[in-house]
Amino acid sequence: MISIFAPKVRVQSDPFDLGEEVARLEGRGEVGAIVSFVGLCRDEDGALAALELEHYPGMAEDEIARVAAQALERWPLQGLTVIHRHGVIRPGEKIVLVVAAARHRAEAFAAAEFLMDYLKTSAPFWKKERRADGSDGGWIGAKAADDEAAARWTKR
Amino acid sequence: MKALYFASVRERVGVAEEDIFPPREVSTVSELMRWLASRGEGYAEAFANARTIRAAVDKAHASHEASIASAKEVAFFPPMTGG
Repeated sequence: MISIFAPKVRVQSDPFDLGEEVARLEGRGEVGAIVSFVGLCRDEDGALAALELEHYPGMAEDEIARVAAQALERWPLQGLTVIHRHGVIRPGEKIVLVVAAARHRAEAFAAAEFLMDYLKTSAPFWKKERRADGSDGGWIGAKAADDEAAARWTKR
Repeated sequence: MKALYFASVRERVGVAEEDIFPPREVSTVSELMRWLASRGEGYAEAFANARTIRAAVDKAHASHEASIASAKEVAFFPPMTGG
């Protein structure tokens, strides 16, 4: 089944409102399930002051849109929103949002998880730690577990 | 063409972007990295472990074997850590 809408993709420094983004996909006649995922900045037991998120303007939007288009090909979705922030993000603040709307929950859960797994490994964002003691915590290293999480979608 | 550097690669190279004029025989991403590495200490450090560096040609992920013949923009960066 082909989805006939354009997903909403945003790369921004401003915060986003989860309730607003979910509400935007509610009330469509065919929507029976909405799954939302929010990724937040941890404080690493008080050691982290903030994350600095660097991104590749233009490519970040293109990559997210490309992965979103793949999700639309794989699952019959009724709505899809992806927002990824950049800039300085403090503990407790939201970093990334995926909202997937479908007729039934299975597609919505799967699409949201697929989006997040692929975003982690293919969207051009990099996190640097700013420690609470004022020091530079360095760039966060990529995790093998994230590559494995993305790879399992192609093994099926 | 324009070269862009991000995250740790940007810090080592010392600039975020620049215009580069590689010689004609530099035709792939991998060859371009080798050429860039020869440009100075920061570049050498940035591309010392070239296998771990990812590249994008005109804002799309590209393998190290990819051609840069018609590229307007080539970007280099470490593995991504968004999400």
